[in-house]
Amino acid sequence: MGARTVPIVPAAPHGAKDGAFEYLTTRKDELVGWARKFSLFPYPFVTACCAMEFMAVSASPYDTDRFGAALPRFSPRQADLLMVVGTVTHKQAPVLLKVYEQMCEPKWVMAFGVCASSGGFYQNYAALPGIDRIIPVDVYIPGCPPRPEMVIDGIMQLQDKIARAQHPILTRTF
Amino acid sequence: MATDLLESLQQQIVPAAGAATLSHGCLVFSLAPEELMPTVRRLKEEFGYDLFLDVTAVDWPADALRFEVVHHFASSRQALRVRLKTRVAAADPGVDSLAKLYGSAAFMERECHDMYGIAFRGNHDLRPILLYEGFTGHPLRKDYPKGREQPLVPYRN
Repeated sequence: MGARTVPIVPAAPHGAKDGAFEYLTTRKDELVGWARKFSLFPYPFVTACCAMEFMAVSASPYDTDRFGAALPRFSPRQADLLMVVGTVTHKQAPVLLKVYEQMCEPKWVMAFGVCASSGGFYQNYAALPGIDRIIPVDVYIPGCPPRPEMVIDGIMQLQDKIARAQHPILTRTF
Repeated sequence: MATDLLESLQQQIVPAAGAATLSHGCLVFSLAPEELMPTVRRLKEEFGYDLFLDVTAVDWPADALRFEVVHHFASSRQALRVRLKTRVAAADPGVDSLAKLYGSAAFMERECHDMYGIAFRGNHDLRPILLYEGFTGHPLRKDYPKGREQPLVPYRN
């Protein structure tokens, strides 16, 4: 009894072309960037009224699933996009910093709405005047709250940024 | 009913508590700090004011008695709310705590202590409740600078 039941296909003669998709050439950063920009796993750090807009833009009429940014992960260890949705207070800032530090590289941060971007109309003892005071931000979405089109535009700009970026996967340079 | 109660309250409490006025369906008393506890006890025990709504304060920076501590009470039996205003000086901004009469007062007094620095005598847990440990000053006082921030996380630049 032969143990092997898989048919053995003879290798194609060198140089033969049968129309199959045998190999392609690309730049490593373009390939990895292409993969990463369509597989964003957002962590929604949702604190305030922008949450309603976040739900609206996530739901079917606007549907961020089309951009691969659909499945919210509620553990920062599984997420690569930190969406800060709403006002962050000074009291809450250590929590935001800890969530950011718990995320694995590569990671990106989106400031969703004017409060997360700059503090908005809050200029007082309580509100953090923009999350970029404590963590780096990749894309800012203004508006109080932003229109869904603005959020989608923000996601697309972030995707462009990811596609253009260098993506070291083995060493610092490769 | 409301007018009967109003007359009764005015006759029985006003002589000790000074002038009372009716404002938007709320009976307003202005008290001295030492009158607060007896008045609240009578409101609760004799007039059925069993619900303590809120305590806050007003800062009048130009006045000698700078802070006005404002208590609100409602009753499940009377259709008339009561507001007590107690003036205290900035040097000793303290009134008696109502936490022994109304358990819910403990948290609300903590908030008022956060924001205005009113010391509630008898409330032994005046830790920050909305603010955080290490916050100095009282942000809803008029002399707290509008733009003063006390960040917990150092800024990046």
